[in-house]
Amino acid sequence: MNRIIRLTGALALVAGVSAAVPAQAETFRFAFQGDVSSMDPYALAENFSTAFHSNIHEPLIRYDENLQIEPALAVSWELVGPKTWRFKLREGVKFHNGNSFDADDVVFSFKRAQAEGADMSSYVGGIADVVEVDARTVDLMTTDVNPILLNTIAPLVIMDKQWAEANGAVEPVNVGKNIENYATLHTNGTGPFKLVSREPGVKTVLTLNKDWWDLGNQTFNVTDVVMTPIGSDATRTAALLSGELDLMFPAPVQDVERINASGVATVLQGPELRTIFLGMDQERDELLYSSVKGKNPLKDKRVRQALYHAIDIDAIKAKVMRGASTPAGLLLAPKLGGFNDALNGRLAHDPGKAKALLAEAGYPDGFDIQLDCPNNRYVNDEQICQVVAGMFARVGVNVNLLAQPKSKFFAKLKEHDISMYLLGWIPDDQDAGSVIAHLMVPPADGGLAWNGGGYGNPRVTELSRMITSEVDAEKRQAMIDEAFGIVKDDVGYIPLHQQALSWGVRKGVTVAQRSDNALQFWYITIE
Amino acid sequence: MISFILSRISQSFLVMLGVAVISFSLFTYVGDPITNLVGIQSSDEHRERLRESLGLNDPVLVQFARFVGRAVQLEFGISYQQKRKVSSIIAERLPATLELSFLSAMIALWIGIPAGIFTALYRDSWLSHMVLSLSLIGVSLPTFLIGILLIFVFSVHLRWLPSFGRGEIVDLGFWTTGFLTASGLKALILPSITLALFQMTLIMRMVRSEMLEVLRADFIKFAHARGLPDRVVHFSYALMNTLIPVITITGLQLGSIIAFAIITETVFQWPGVGLMFIQAISEVDIPVMSTYLLLIASFFVIINLVVDLLYYFVDPRLRVGRRT
Repeated sequence: MNRIIRLTGALALVAGVSAAVPAQAETFRFAFQGDVSSMDPYALAENFSTAFHSNIHEPLIRYDENLQIEPALAVSWELVGPKTWRFKLREGVKFHNGNSFDADDVVFSFKRAQAEGADMSSYVGGIADVVEVDARTVDLMTTDVNPILLNTIAPLVIMDKQWAEANGAVEPVNVGKNIENYATLHTNGTGPFKLVSREPGVKTVLTLNKDWWDLGNQTFNVTDVVMTPIGSDATRTAALLSGELDLMFPAPVQDVERINASGVATVLQGPELRTIFLGMDQERDELLYSSVKGKNPLKDKRVRQALYHAIDIDAIKAKVMRGASTPAGLLLAPKLGGFNDALNGRLAHDPGKAKALLAEAGYPDGFDIQLDCPNNRYVNDEQICQVVAGMFARVGVNVNLLAQPKSKFFAKLKEHDISMYLLGWIPDDQDAGSVIAHLMVPPADGGLAWNGGGYGNPRVTELSRMITSEVDAEKRQAMIDEAFGIVKDDVGYIPLHQQALSWGVRKGVTVAQRSDNALQFWYITIE
Repeated sequence: MISFILSRISQSFLVMLGVAVISFSLFTYVGDPITNLVGIQSSDEHRERLRESLGLNDPVLVQFARFVGRAVQLEFGISYQQKRKVSSIIAERLPATLELSFLSAMIALWIGIPAGIFTALYRDSWLSHMVLSLSLIGVSLPTFLIGILLIFVFSVHLRWLPSFGRGEIVDLGFWTTGFLTASGLKALILPSITLALFQMTLIMRMVRSEMLEVLRADFIKFAHARGLPDRVVHFSYALMNTLIPVITITGLQLGSIIAFAIITETVFQWPGVGLMFIQAISEVDIPVMSTYLLLIASFFVIINLVVDLLYYFVDPRLRVGRRT
């Protein structure tokens, strides 16, 4: 690399002009704690995977650096009926293998994402049909009026129909059938980067797509990308400090100071969109894991309030998160659709008041309860639970902490086999509506399984239905505010914080950090 | 001899079956594989369909029978996470582990045995004392700590050697090797030292104590009295007589080098089967986990068999005993 730089430098001197120097090869090497599970963009609807795939494939519409919607493969869109959206497609776009991008690719992609084996149900579940109007126009029919359709489909990238048909990848891989799929290891998108080689769990190499339609409007200079998963925190940090990586994430909170002091790299932090909170069983008449028999103390609002007052969020921020968190009063991060700062205040830390409320509710000596917690899902998740347990103990509530790997924890939570738990939530569609639908409607009213404590309020349920189909932005915001206000007033949940995004970046590398933790290679410039 | 081998092989199958039973019954405790196969907002119907298609609703015994039935035909299924054949994933990953283990075993032997002999012959020299004290570090520090220390000294501060990965590898079709490129060799140094350190110490201390014992034996005194040169006494008589336990332990340790490469591979992000196993556990990738455990069990079984056979060559008494 040095030689290339010196060579081009010499050439520039000889020629006496610098503008004429061709773009030099810049390899961007980065590590994440895990790997993308498959090169098939529909295999897993999970944040890191969808972000990675959007470097190779493109959606109809995409997010810009500030999470605002901008056109990608679609140039314009309009509502032509209450449930019908018409998209005009971009002209002259080619897939990496030279095939041209047309309406039939869009129709094909939506159908494939809905097929058995694809994990895109949360993005395409509400889509009734996709129809090709002409080669450059597509109609999307939704099952219900959907005010946030654009957010919903933004992560869904478009695949090439001809390529999939030629390679037997029309259907996504179905693990149960014991058959491999071409798309697991190969790609053919329209995006800025092409797949060069793929060794799952070891190394994935991409190179610039010089024919990308948007290349002229961008200023990045990365030409090659090497991705290595590094699971061990210490090794990831060491690899950054030794100069073997240009970027790695997440940078472990305990290493942030050391990285910043090293002089070779810095940690780029910003609030993430995921909110960490505590949930409480409010549906059973007797808690499953508690010393209180015959009744459920968590059904008493005063008890929930007391637990909220017991929490010292600043101590959690300072001691556990080492400053890398934003205390939250809502289960919705700033920057997400529907956020209202006026509602984001917290109940104050007040152990005295907590004790008084517990006594008033009939528990002057407190009680015992089990707190379930994942230990490998969120930043310092187990430590947060330990500290929370200590804070509860100070007001008389003794916590039996059960911290388990996410595979065990999530299975338990999904069954609502839980009395109190710690969870993080980030809405796939970046919108408040789905937070309410997933977490604030009880299962009895058609709510979804992740409302682990079965919190419910008839008015919130009603509002949730209205929010789903309200197209007037102002009215919709009023409904969202009302719903969040009620949940807050009920103390349905105890919000804790948004953990910080934490990217270790080598000096000389400039990158835009998007709040949804998506690393887009066309935001990167290497000096 | 042949009947001996045959009986060992049939025993081996029982061992493998036992391993399969135990590992499979453990899998019911690692958690729900579906959690790692779908995004958090996937619908319950989608999850249930997936569970049904993977056969996870069947009783554990049925799942086990299915696994064994397939394994007998050398068919290990498809990885839940990578969506590829487990056999091809292992074929990709195994060379990395075997090269690392091989090099570590070589380091352990070629340093461990000479150091053991030296410290036995010159047990009062300051060098022996130093080697012995240093070797205490090898047994007392946990592997991951040694790995991290080496990374911080040689990668972060001195920047001589890479902190992770295999470097550039050459693909020979059936095998990928790091021995043929400079960066591949450099990448091998730190992990192989980390992995070898414990075994090296063990071998050294064992050779030393065996050697000390043998040196005190009557036949060594007679050999000296007969006027044989020291070199012959030490290496032809004393060393040969210490080697039996060394071979046993080294053989068994070779199995553990491969099995315990897990920790070293995790620290150095070494793309071998150990790292694959750790990743599989955190993702509850049952086909990968069960195949790995069977593979490691078969390594142990084969190594034990080879060790038993080696006795024949090292210890003449065994050969004589069988013949009479």
